[in-house]
Amino acid sequence: MARVLMKGTEAIAEAAIQAGCKYFFGYPITPQNEIPEYMSAKLPKIGGAYVQAESEVAAINMVMGGGATGTKIMTSSSSPGISLMSEGLSYIAGCEIPAVIVNVMRAGPGLGGILPAQGDYFQATKGGGNGDYRLLVLAPSTLQEAVDLTQLAFDLAFKYRNPVMILADGFMGQMMEAVEIKEYKGQDYDVVPWALGNMEKRGKRTILKSLYLDPGDLEHHNIKLNEKYKKMQEEEVRYEEFYADDADVLIAAFGTTARIAKSAIVNLRKEGKKVGMVRPITLFPFPYDVIKERASKAKHVLVMEMNMGQMLEDVKLAVGERTPVSFFGHAGGISHSVKEIEEKIREIL
Amino acid sequence: MKETKIYERPKSWKKGVHTHYCPGCGHGITHRILCEVIDELGIQEKTIGIAPVGCAAMMYDYIDVDFCEAAHGRAPALATGLKRTRPDQVVFTYQGDGDLASIGTAEIVHVANRGEKITTIFINNAIYGMTGGQMAPTTLVGQRATTCPEGRDPNLAGYPMRMCELLATLKTPAYIARVSVAQPKYIIEAKKAIKKAFEYQISGKGYSFVEVLSNCPTNWGMQPVKAFEWTVSAMMPYYPLGVFKDFDKEAE
Ligand SMILES: Cc1ncc(C[n+]2csc(CCOP(=O)(O)OP(=O)(O)O)c2C)c(N)n1
Ligand code: SF4
Ligand SMILES: [Mg+2]
Repeated sequence: MARVLMKGTEAIAEAAIQAGCKYFFGYPITPQNEIPEYMSAKLPKIGGAYVQAESEVAAINMVMGGGATGTKIMTSSSSPGISLMSEGLSYIAGCEIPAVIVNVMRAGPGLGGILPAQGDYFQATKGGGNGDYRLLVLAPSTLQEAVDLTQLAFDLAFKYRNPVMILADGFMGQMMEAVEIKEYKGQDYDVVPWALGNMEKRGKRTILKSLYLDPGDLEHHNIKLNEKYKKMQEEEVRYEEFYADDADVLIAAFGTTARIAKSAIVNLRKEGKKVGMVRPITLFPFPYDVIKERASKAKHVLVMEMNMGQMLEDVKLAVGERTPVSFFGHAGGISHSVKEIEEKIREIL
Repeated sequence: MKETKIYERPKSWKKGVHTHYCPGCGHGITHRILCEVIDELGIQEKTIGIAPVGCAAMMYDYIDVDFCEAAHGRAPALATGLKRTRPDQVVFTYQGDGDLASIGTAEIVHVANRGEKITTIFINNAIYGMTGGQMAPTTLVGQRATTCPEGRDPNLAGYPMRMCELLATLKTPAYIARVSVAQPKYIIEAKKAIKKAFEYQISGKGYSFVEVLSNCPTNWGMQPVKAFEWTVSAMMPYYPLGVFKDFDKEAE
């Protein structure tokens, strides 16, 4: 497929289809409605199915059922809907079922507003649902990256048998950009050993569950899950460095905020100001090491998010006491302007 | 001497296991007839069960088919995902009255209304068994439970919910029936209904739902025999047995 101009939500939907996703379960919520709309038009034509669930609670459980058969499944929603999915996400992780969930974040808390935000960082990376579980969280910053990460998400979901979340802010969903969406086969994972519906092939039945009444068994299950999360931390950390190696002021930002920051960095570099950035692409696993390394040579670390300071906590964990860390945030659907970022950095320097 | 075998472990019943159910509990009887139906239809290798949250949460320890656990009340949504991705499989949910008629009301109404080609076995024991006998949406007026110690008061809690009747108002479902496992004669009828429900799924007729009037001797505070007498004397007048919806009959 050549480069075509597409809206973010539709690009994500088409990327999923090209990655082999034929089943989508969801419930309408702004600003991501184009994803289910796109899927409802396309999937029946390629032998798949779209189901409009009665709620996000139901949608995520449909995702769990579909994933339980070892099928590539996706749902998408926006912040309040993801809250309702939290129960299901905990079960999906606990039962080790692959699934891809897109959160096109809007401003909160509560009903908040429909404008873009990044206020669900904690929810995505630290929990949401109950118990010790982790989602792999991917945060695109351009539409092309949203396309590529959506396709990667399916691979990772099957590699780890774990839910993967695309954490996009509302800008990513609504803006238009030229993207290239390739047919993406991904790796072929053998699902027969664990997926439901293969009793004949396997010769015996299988159970997918998270219930272990024996405390020893449940601890063992948790340790096993934790080993998986550790492996993700070893193998899946992804980030982008932008003029980070000699930066006096090191910015840490993700998603659209990072994209805006890039313009400010380019302008300031022209003035000879040493500003750079580390942009986490995976929010879990978080790129602690590179931030620690780059921050150790910087004079100041500036965290910018469209929230009141969430990723900030992870950056502080990475930086420790060595370098001062400050925060510059916006909320409510307001994004940073290039100019105010430049001013902020001039103040620091 | 000629021997006639009158009792045999169903093939789909896991070898050498005994249930954790209290003596005289209707869950065990229902499991057994479910296994018999699975055997008679020859579908063991292509059946996927969804275990509820409730006393039957560990039913996969007894019934030897593929199983997935569901969060409390969510089994119908899970079943939707399973069946849509694997229409060649036979999918059933097995749910208690707290699971199905309280926390999972939205899911059960919509699975029925979408006409998913799955089967639901609904165990009505008029109580929350697993959590120790709290009031269920099906607890009878005047019936005592730990959270209505003076008996259910319809002014405060409303009247018990009749799920068959409620679902039968929908146009889509193919088969809706209420049976009981309180006496052998009822068990024979219950098995026929469950078999029919699975047949309706297999032939693609649509959604099928069988409510089973069961019991909970432990939380009702009754001996097993007394408990089943109460199912007949107290539950049946309010929850009449019968078929509430049948595509085949409607077609006639
Ligand atoms: C979200 C959630 N809320 C509450 C519970 C606690 N809980 C477990 S079983 C149950 C009630 C089960 O009653 P019922 O569905 O009637 O099944 P029975 O045990 O009577 O067969 C409840 C409330 C839970 N596990 N999850
Ligand atoms: S508590 Fe009630 S429903 Fe649960 S196993 Fe015992 S008798 Fe059966
Ligand atoms: Mg009950």
